[in-house]
Amino acid sequence: MKVGVVVFPGSNCDHDALEWSSRLLGLPTEEIWYQDRDLRGVDLVILPGGFSYGDYLRCGAMAARAPIMDEVVAHARRGGLVIGICNGFQVLCEVGLLPGALLRNRSLTFLCQDVYLRVETTGSPWTSAMRRGEILRVPIAHGDGNYFCDPETLHRLLGEDRVAFRYVSPGGTLDPEWNVNGSLDAIAGILSEKKNVLGMMPHPERASEDMVGSTDGLGIFKSVMGALCG
Amino acid sequence: MPDPQVTAELAYKHGLSPEEWERVLSILGRTPTYPELGIFSVMWSEHCSYKSSRVHLKRFPTGGPQVLQGPGENAGVVDIGDGWAVCFKMESHNHPSYIEPYQGAATGVGGILRDVFTMGARPIANLNALFFGRPDHPKTAHLVKGVVAGIGDYGNCIGVPTVGGQVMFHPSYDGNILVNAFTLGLLRADGIFRGYASGVGNPVLYVGSKTGRDGIHGATMASAEFSEATEEKRPTVQVGDPFTEKLLLEACLELMAEDVIVGIQDMGAAGLTSSSFEMAGRSGSGIRFELDKVPMREKGMTPYELLLSESQERMLIVAQRGKENRVREIFSKWGLDAAEIGAVTDTGRAEIFWHGERVVDMPVGPVSDQAPLYKRPMEEPAGFRSRKSVPLPALKKADQGRALLTLMGSPNLCSKRWVYTQYDQSVRTNTVLGPGADAALIRIKGTTKAVAMTTDVNPRFCKLDPFEGGRLAVAEAARNIACVGAKPLAITDCLNFGNPERPEVMWEFSRAVDGISEACLALNTPVVSGNVSFYNETNGEGIHPTPTIGMVGLLDDVARRMDPWFKDEGDLVVVLGETKGHLGGSEYLWAIHGMEAGAPPPLDLQRETALIGLLQELAAKGLAKSVHDCSEGGLAVCAAECGLAPRRTLGAHLELESAGLDAAALLFGEDASRALVTCASIHQEGLLAAARQAGIQAKAVGAAGGDRLRISVDGQPSVDVPMAEIRDAWENGLGSVVG
Repeated sequence: MKVGVVVFPGSNCDHDALEWSSRLLGLPTEEIWYQDRDLRGVDLVILPGGFSYGDYLRCGAMAARAPIMDEVVAHARRGGLVIGICNGFQVLCEVGLLPGALLRNRSLTFLCQDVYLRVETTGSPWTSAMRRGEILRVPIAHGDGNYFCDPETLHRLLGEDRVAFRYVSPGGTLDPEWNVNGSLDAIAGILSEKKNVLGMMPHPERASEDMVGSTDGLGIFKSVMGALCG
Repeated sequence: MPDPQVTAELAYKHGLSPEEWERVLSILGRTPTYPELGIFSVMWSEHCSYKSSRVHLKRFPTGGPQVLQGPGENAGVVDIGDGWAVCFKMESHNHPSYIEPYQGAATGVGGILRDVFTMGARPIANLNALFFGRPDHPKTAHLVKGVVAGIGDYGNCIGVPTVGGQVMFHPSYDGNILVNAFTLGLLRADGIFRGYASGVGNPVLYVGSKTGRDGIHGATMASAEFSEATEEKRPTVQVGDPFTEKLLLEACLELMAEDVIVGIQDMGAAGLTSSSFEMAGRSGSGIRFELDKVPMREKGMTPYELLLSESQERMLIVAQRGKENRVREIFSKWGLDAAEIGAVTDTGRAEIFWHGERVVDMPVGPVSDQAPLYKRPMEEPAGFRSRKSVPLPALKKADQGRALLTLMGSPNLCSKRWVYTQYDQSVRTNTVLGPGADAALIRIKGTTKAVAMTTDVNPRFCKLDPFEGGRLAVAEAARNIACVGAKPLAITDCLNFGNPERPEVMWEFSRAVDGISEACLALNTPVVSGNVSFYNETNGEGIHPTPTIGMVGLLDDVARRMDPWFKDEGDLVVVLGETKGHLGGSEYLWAIHGMEAGAPPPLDLQRETALIGLLQELAAKGLAKSVHDCSEGGLAVCAAECGLAPRRTLGAHLELESAGLDAAALLFGEDASRALVTCASIHQEGLLAAARQAGIQAKAVGAAGGDRLRISVDGQPSVDVPMAEIRDAWENGLGSVVG
C-alpha cells in the first residue's frame, strides 16, 4: 500500500502525516506537490492539516482549487481512499467530496487541547478495526472546526451511517461542554457516501505515540491497512 | 515630493542628540542626505545600537565548549551532540504590542522565528513571557486577548508549537506591557548560516514580501518613552503575514540545503538598513545596491521609506556569484519574490542608488559598529534599602487553607489554560511536556534526546534587589530545566527596563546584569543571545526591572524524563532544600497582604548547583516519580500544583515541623533552591542517600493520596482543603481577568 501526502503552500502537518504513515506504520509514503497533476499511483491520499494559503480567503477554499485536487477528486470518485485531517477536512468540504462546512469555533478562538472521540461506526475502511462506542483521546488544533450542514444533509449523514466520530465526554456521553467547538450534533468526522473518504478535525497523527501523549490515533490507519491488505 | 532639507533640528526630531549630530557630520565630512539621516537615526537608536547597554553586556559570560555561536549573530547556537545543535533567542516586542496588541505580538513571534531560521535552523518550539498591568486595569483584558490571539495566530499558522512560557500581572506594567518571544530551532552543528556579506562581486538578493510603508521608525519608537500621544504611533506597528513567513521558511531551508548562500540575514528592526549595514559590517566589506530594484507594495515610495520600512517577512541574501538563478528558482517555487538588488564591494562603504542617482554614500564601519557608546550615570534608587527592611505584617491569624485557595486562584499563579489552548502546542509531534510543566520538553526525532526550555524571572524580586533578582531568575530557570531531568546548557535573555537616562534605571540594569552573570558563571550556562528593551516607561513611570531568562537544557534519554505530578497513592513526598520561611517579595505578601516589600530570598549558588545535579541524578537513576520546583507561592502551592495533573487530581497529607517559623512563612515562603519530589517507598533510602551525597537537605514529609490536601504543622492541622476546590480556584483564576 502506497501513501501520498499532498503539500499545499501553508500545509504544516505534512511532515507529521508523513511520519505517521512512514515511520510509525512502515508504509511507503511520498509528498505530492499541489501543482502536480499526477498522484503517482498512491493508494491512499492524505490531505494534511495546516493553514493552506494562510486560511486568508476561507479555510480550504484556495487549496480546493489547486491543480492536484482534480486528481484527488478523480481518485475518490474511483473509490480510492482519501483522508483529510483538520485543514484537509476543510479542503474536502470545499471541493465537494464531503458535505457541509466548518465554521468558526463556538469560543471564537483557536483551540488546541485533547478531546474525546466516540467511534460511531465500524462500517468503513477507516474504522473497521475499532469497536463501535470506543473512546479515543486525540488532540484538536483549529480555529474553524465547528461542523455545520443543513437538516437534510444531516438526516442523510445519519441515515447512511456516515458519522465517523463524535465529540463526547471522557466517559463517552454526549455533553455540550465536551463538544468544545460547538459542532452540529457533536460531529467530529464524517464519511463520503462510499465511505472511502474520511474528513475529521482532530489530529490522529498527533496521537500515535505514548511519548507525545496518546496512541489512540493509530486505529484509523490500522483499520485502513486491514481493509486494504486483508 | 522632494526630500526635506536636512538640518540639526530635523536630526533632533529623528532622535539624535546634539553630540550624535556632530558625530554624523564628522564621519561624513558633510551634511547627510535625508536617507542618510534616516540610516543614522535607526542604526544609532537604542534598539539597534545598544548604546546604553553595551558597556554592561560585555560582563556576561558567553563562552563554553557547548557554544557554537555566541552573541552578535541573529541567534545563539549550542551543541547537543550527535552532530545536532539548537539555535535560540528571545526578543521583546513591547512597545508595538501595547499600541496594537494583536499585530504587535504577532510580528514579535514572526521576527524571532526569522532570527532562528536565518541561522539555518528549523524552528521547533516557541515560548513567550508576557507581563500585563493589574488584572482590573481597564485596558488589561483587551491587551491580554489581543496579545494571546496575535501570538497564537502567527505560531499556529506557521506550524511551530508554542509549548510554554509565563504570564504575570502587575501594576508596573499598566502603561507598558511586555511581550518577550522565544524560538528554538534545530540544525546540524556543521550547518550554521551567518549574516556575512563577503566575496567582492557576490550578488545581494532581496527575498520575501514586498516592501510597504509599514513600521517606518519602529526601532526609533521603541527607543523612547510613551506619553499620552503614543497611540498616534499605531502606523509604526508592522502587520504580520504568517502565511508568507511559512513560505519564506520553507524556501530558505530548501535553499540552505544547497551550496548557494554566502550570508543571510533577517530584515527586522530598521529593515533593509540594518540588515545590509550589519552584514557588511561583520565582514568588513562594502555593499552597493539599487533601491529601485526592491520589490514594492505601494507606488510612490521614496528611498528614505524603502530604507526604513519594517515590512515583515523579508530577508537579505548574499549568494555565490553565478548561483543567483538557483535562488530565484527556489523562491519562485514557493511563490516569493527574489530580486537581485546589488553586490558586495571592497570599498567599506554603503553606496545606495535610486534610479541611477547616488542617494547614500557612507562608511559602513562607523555606522554599524562604532555607534555611540554611553556610560550612563547610575544611582541607587531612593528607598532601595528601606524597602528591603520593611517589617512584615503580623501573619499568625490568617486561615492558611483560605490563603492557599486565594493564591491558587490569583491571576499570577492560576492555570494559564485559557491562554495556551489558543496556541497549537502539539504540531510537529515532538511535544513531550508542554505548558504546565516546570520546563517544556521537545524530543529530537531519530535520537533518544530531548531539549528542555523555560522562561523565568520574578520582577518583584528584581525591583526589591536587581542583583539578587537576576541571580534568582537564572537559578530558577536552571532548576526548572533540571526538574524535568535535563542538564542546563545556556541562556538567552530579554532585559526589559525603564528609561536608561534615569540613573536609578541604569543602576538597576547594571546590578541585574551582574547578578545574571554571576549565576550563569556558577551554573555554567553562558549567555548566547538576547536583547535589551529600554524606555518601558509611560509619563515617567517605569516598569519593574524585568530581565527575562530563557534557558535551554539537554536530556540525553527522553525515557528518563520527570514531570511535576503526583503519580500513585502512598508515594512518599520529600522536600529537597532548606526552608527558612523567606517571605520578602513573595506572592503571598502580594496576594494576601497587598505588600511588595522585604528582601528577596538569599541564594547560595553552590547549593543551587548541587541541587540541580541531584535532580538530574534522580531522573537518570529512576529514583523519583515526580519532581517540581518550589518557588512562587512556596511549599503549599507547590504541593497543590503537584496534585493537579492534566487528567487527574491527587491530594497529599504532609506533616511539617515549624522549627519556630510562623505557619505562613513555612507554607508560603519562597526560599530558593528547593524542590518537591515523590518516590516509591522502596526508593526512599536511595533518594535520601543521593541527597546526602550531594549535600542537599532532604526530608520525607508525608505521602501523596486522597482527595484533599492536608498539611499539618507541628501536629496541628493548618491546611485541609478538598483538591476539587483547589482545582476549581486554579482553573477559573483567569476568568476574573478575561471574562
